[in-house]
Amino acid sequence: MALIRRMRLRLQTLFLARPLTKRLNEEIQFHLDQQIAENISAGMDPVEARHAALRAFGNPTLLKDETQDTWGWISLERLARDVFHAARALVRTPVFVIVATLVMALGIGATSTLFTIVHIVLLSPLPFSEPQRLVSLWESNLSEQFPSAYNVVSGGVFEDWQQQNVSFEQMALIGEDSANLSGDGGALPEALGTRLCSYNLFSMLGVQPFYGRLFSAADDRIGASGTAILTYGFWNRRYAADPSIVGKTVLLDGKPYAVIGILPTWFEYPDTRTQVWVPVRHEVSASDMQNRGNHRFFVNARLKPSVTLAQASSDLNGIQQRVHEQFPDALMGKNATVISLSENVVRDVKTSLYMLMGAVCCVLLIACLNVANLFIARGAARSKEMAMRGALGASRWQLMREQLCESLLVTMGGGALGIFLTYALLRWLIAFREDLPRPTSIHIDQATLLFAVVATVSSGILCGLWPALSATRKELLESLNESSRLLGGGKNRVRVRKIMLTFEIALTVVLLIGGGLLLKSFSELRSAKMGCATAGVLTMGINLPEAEFETPDQKASFFARLLGQVRTLPSVRSAGFVTVLPGNGHFEDNTFSILGRPPLRAGESLDAAIRGADAMYFDAMDIPLLRGRFFTSLETTAETKSVVISQSMARKFFPNEDPLGKTLVLDWEGHPHFEIVGIVGDVLSNVDRPAEPTMYFPLSLGRFGYGSLAIRSSKDVTLLARPIQEEIASINPDLAVSEVLTMEQIIGRSTSTARFDALLILAFAIMSLVLATVGLFGVLSYLVTQRIGEFGIRIALGAQRHQILRLVLVDGLRPAWVGLVLGLAGGAGAAQLIRSRLYGVHPIDISIFTGVGLISILVAICASALPAWRASHIDPTQAIRRE
Amino acid sequence: MGKPNDLVQGTLDLLILKTVSLEPKHGWAIAKRIQQISDEVLQVQQGSLYPALHRLEQQGCIKAKWAETETGRKAKFYSLTATGRAQLQKEAANWSRLSTAINLVVETT
Repeated sequence: MALIRRMRLRLQTLFLARPLTKRLNEEIQFHLDQQIAENISAGMDPVEARHAALRAFGNPTLLKDETQDTWGWISLERLARDVFHAARALVRTPVFVIVATLVMALGIGATSTLFTIVHIVLLSPLPFSEPQRLVSLWESNLSEQFPSAYNVVSGGVFEDWQQQNVSFEQMALIGEDSANLSGDGGALPEALGTRLCSYNLFSMLGVQPFYGRLFSAADDRIGASGTAILTYGFWNRRYAADPSIVGKTVLLDGKPYAVIGILPTWFEYPDTRTQVWVPVRHEVSASDMQNRGNHRFFVNARLKPSVTLAQASSDLNGIQQRVHEQFPDALMGKNATVISLSENVVRDVKTSLYMLMGAVCCVLLIACLNVANLFIARGAARSKEMAMRGALGASRWQLMREQLCESLLVTMGGGALGIFLTYALLRWLIAFREDLPRPTSIHIDQATLLFAVVATVSSGILCGLWPALSATRKELLESLNESSRLLGGGKNRVRVRKIMLTFEIALTVVLLIGGGLLLKSFSELRSAKMGCATAGVLTMGINLPEAEFETPDQKASFFARLLGQVRTLPSVRSAGFVTVLPGNGHFEDNTFSILGRPPLRAGESLDAAIRGADAMYFDAMDIPLLRGRFFTSLETTAETKSVVISQSMARKFFPNEDPLGKTLVLDWEGHPHFEIVGIVGDVLSNVDRPAEPTMYFPLSLGRFGYGSLAIRSSKDVTLLARPIQEEIASINPDLAVSEVLTMEQIIGRSTSTARFDALLILAFAIMSLVLATVGLFGVLSYLVTQRIGEFGIRIALGAQRHQILRLVLVDGLRPAWVGLVLGLAGGAGAAQLIRSRLYGVHPIDISIFTGVGLISILVAICASALPAWRASHIDPTQAIRRE
Repeated sequence: MGKPNDLVQGTLDLLILKTVSLEPKHGWAIAKRIQQISDEVLQVQQGSLYPALHRLEQQGCIKAKWAETETGRKAKFYSLTATGRAQLQKEAANWSRLSTAINLVVETT
């Protein structure tokens, strides 16, 4: 009650100040009247009574003011007045306001965007129960060829870990797979991204089903009836969120699976591509699950409550080393890696995000420096006004407050615009960066708004404080005299601006270097020699369901028929099939031995990537035959045992001999022998990694039931997508085609983040360069205007014009030089930080550093040239008479 | 400037609170009453009441109402609120402690 009354009173004083003042007048008038009446009744005459009353009362005007000061929020009223003053001052220079606001909007919008992403993706905990106890486990240090600390885990090693486990409450497997979903209920067949998991994965993460139930141990074994859990997104898209799908059976790769549950909306682990989950032991044979050399699983685990990460790491390493000593022949990791799950999720994007965050912070800082610079210039124009007001009794704080109000108004406008910009930028970024984990959880939240507010206010103060300080310096006389003197005016202010410019240029140089390095790295990536045709090649993924294509013959004859039909299509120049296309990753490898060589020492093995390909694949992809021959189309049965190897394989395993005619023995069933019949050129599995030794086996073996068509056409190859899909449907209508892409798209996909980072940072850098140039130009122009009189006198006394020109140029280039040197040093530091994002470029790339240096100096010269030229063409008589 | 003669601000607040605690009063009546009760010893500069009154009102110690006086004129009447009553007790207790202490010091020498 009391609070409400007080609030009402305060609101009244805020909004009803005028009626309140009137009432105060009435109150005081009443008082005086009472006193006068009393005085009269005490016998005074009216005039004297009035004087006596006023004497007893004091000075009414002063007391009224004093009373008003006690009114609540009178300070707010003053603030409103300041804001009003500031707004009026700003409106007088609309161009300045628009430019400054836009610059700030960009800075604040960009930083808020990156902050939102970093905050949600990197800093907020995973949406699982007790996420701090969740870890990710990897095998590490497999062999010379696979030295990575993060190698996927084999089923056998996982078994070992589970049996000897001491530090984890439980462990769960995740495997990647894909499947054909048969057409049902009028919907088309579809190639799905599926994930295999051990039954305890969801319970370990603490996930409750949105609908239905999760896997049980009974589902997760060989011979169990098929069960599947759908992700929310897939359920929503394919089945229109119809709950009756739970309990029904769907056909995956021709086999029946009962849908038992739907995952919650927010569950988008490990990625958004995953659509269906199935239990791993139902899918993978027991022997594969026990094989220590077949690496294919991701392993997550939950630490026991009292166990630390370091402890778990040393425990797991102990187990791994013991197992490795026990089975020295197995191709397994010599060590193990344990990292927290949250760390693991962001491992790939962390550097990139922090790098972008750093870049946008630079942009915001540059924007602030620039706007501050503009404010100082404005302040200079109003210095006499300030001095005059100071002389009339305005306190310094009062004058500064007004200046700060101006800068805060500008940054607030920028901040408001920036929030809209953030909204747009976030959507764009999420669409563009497919590698971001948890994309659907990224949105503007309170944290973003809070950040934007803090960024706005702090940049407002940053922009305003320095100008305010320099504009309200209490050297009244000096300031008032300044205009009447011709020489050396506003030296102090110019120094401040030059320091700001130096920083601005330094930051710009850092951004330019970062952007340049990334761009060069990207172009190196793009020009990486794939070793195959990249233009005019169409690819599409096909996955033969195991249930329908059981025997090698079935697979081989399907591919033979399909390729035969595709090749008859008009405008197909060449068509082939391969299990894994160049640029689509390492995917799979196999150990082998070479017939006739002495047996290897224990723990050593030969290993190379394997691909299945048909004879025409090399032709379709333009992979050159270096020696020997391709497969021939006659090799249609498993009896023919030819293998084609890549050049790097020949170099690695047959350094001083002729590989042709040598025999490779694979550890497949029956230990088949393969004769090396040809050597082909290297192709890159990953755009950013060197070619890996590869063996190509004939598709006609019937061993491979998955892969991609590769088609080259004499015309626009994308026009072939539809006719080829029709051919496939004519052979098997249930077969879905996935990833219809050109080779350019496949390569573009793997370089898209590099391109994104490079272009974004370069765009920032160029923007900063423009801002810095404008800043330099502004400061020099101001300086020249200030010194017109001085130059006039110099010229009148006989100074040559080129001397004046040089004077101004040197003056303008000093901040540029210093900034450049600082920036180059900073750039070298920044380059070290982003080194992991650089491909084929040394962090201290001389050409980039010199290039950036030259550009900066050139731009600085351009920015200084006009003011310098103006200074040197002053008419001395006019200049001196100007005052 | 605005300080009442010989009166520190806190004391003026106490006097005002005490004066309006009995019945609602307008400014002039408060001034009169302080003078009368103190046997004309406390000469408050009348005008200085108003900043104090308004401040106390903003603080919620007193509330105000416009009403007619006996003579039929409109005047602003101040009365004590619950907050003000608590404040009065506190300040009165403070004052008596302080004055007792000063008395002791002054008289025992």
